[in-house]
Amino acid sequence: MLPFDFDYYKPETLQEAVELYQYLDQQGKQPMVFSGGTELITLGRIDLAYTEAVIDIKWIAECKVMQVSGDHLLLGSTLTLTQIEEANLFPLLTKTASEVADHSARGKITLGGNICARIFYREAVLPFLLADSQVVIAGPDGGKVAAIHDVFHEELKLKRGEFLVQTATESRFIRAPFFSVKRRQQWETGYPLITVAALKIDQELRVAISGLCPFPFRSKEIEAAINKSGQSATVRVDGALAVLPKPILNDVEGSAEYRLFVLRNLLIDVLAALDGARFR
Amino acid sequence: MQSHTITLNINEESHIVTVRAADTLLYTLRGKLGLTGAKPGCLNGDCGACTVNVDGWPMKSCLMLAVEAVGKKVTTIEGLKKAPIQQAFIENFAFQCGYCTPGFIMNCHSLIEQHPDADDRTIKEWLESNICRCTSYIEIEQAVKSVLKKK
Repeated sequence: MLPFDFDYYKPETLQEAVELYQYLDQQGKQPMVFSGGTELITLGRIDLAYTEAVIDIKWIAECKVMQVSGDHLLLGSTLTLTQIEEANLFPLLTKTASEVADHSARGKITLGGNICARIFYREAVLPFLLADSQVVIAGPDGGKVAAIHDVFHEELKLKRGEFLVQTATESRFIRAPFFSVKRRQQWETGYPLITVAALKIDQELRVAISGLCPFPFRSKEIEAAINKSGQSATVRVDGALAVLPKPILNDVEGSAEYRLFVLRNLLIDVLAALDGARFR
Repeated sequence: MQSHTITLNINEESHIVTVRAADTLLYTLRGKLGLTGAKPGCLNGDCGACTVNVDGWPMKSCLMLAVEAVGKKVTTIEGLKKAPIQQAFIENFAFQCGYCTPGFIMNCHSLIEQHPDADDRTIKEWLESNICRCTSYIEIEQAVKSVLKKK
């Protein structure tokens, strides 16, 4: 039960949604773009989220796209994680997304909702960081297509009134060998400790991490260490651990020291899975 | 508009109901329509007690606004008429207190409909969405498998 009221809008076009946002913003309604809506519903219930106007974008055709267009896979931001998993057009994304929340919840949580979430895990972004994907963003300045690396720094940097419409990913990344594992503090359904996603392309490993720092990231420095030729796997992992971004999370899910221990083992697993032939 | 008069298709019947935009489907089913089979538990999408089916898929009704259900086919435990999974829960003694049972049954029902050939991994993945404080998990697994086997 949400302890506040809001107006609910169902725009059918991107332009309508953009204009609605501007109008409602000018009215002081603190509009919120809503896709799966799980964050508003759960955080709103405990007074950690508030809006007076919800703009539900999942009725907009462009936001529901799931298709291969030429050499790119287009995925709409309001596709549910379950829809993405069932279609399985991007196996690394399927695997990474399948670890978010639980199966029933993934029937409500959407791709864009997870990428733009306030909860810091945002694991669904990891495959797109690894695949140098592009994102389509709608906003008051008209639409734009941007490299994800230009707009995702710890979080998707959206200007006021902008929202994510689609991702576009080249098929050569979709076919690349990959590794994706989520470690939890305990059992298989608790909150995440660390998620590591990796893929191998052009003989180089790429690594993206969620749950280590209070933001998901891909780091060139880590990849340079991991890919250093002529070094043992242990030295390469040590090198990666020496160049981690800060801060390392230290919370009830796991101490910083424990997270680093888990990460070390996950990086060894990445090397074994994707680079085993050279270093076994 | 903060309140909406909407038509919901629930258990193959149309219901006209006036809701706040902020009302969850769970609240609307229970408080406005008297369909109390979906149980309030955590109200946070964690426990699965409020699970219903929307267009054939499991949905935690505490995570959905009633206004989002317009145009969708909602099935609650009251809408299942002697579904095989209901009988299987009885035969396998797949509950004790029964509070989580409607949610579990709705999730199992969707699983059986969507993946009649579900393997152990798929069963586990789907049923992780629900929690049973009486820990009837083994019996619930047996109930699901008994129906899948018959299919």
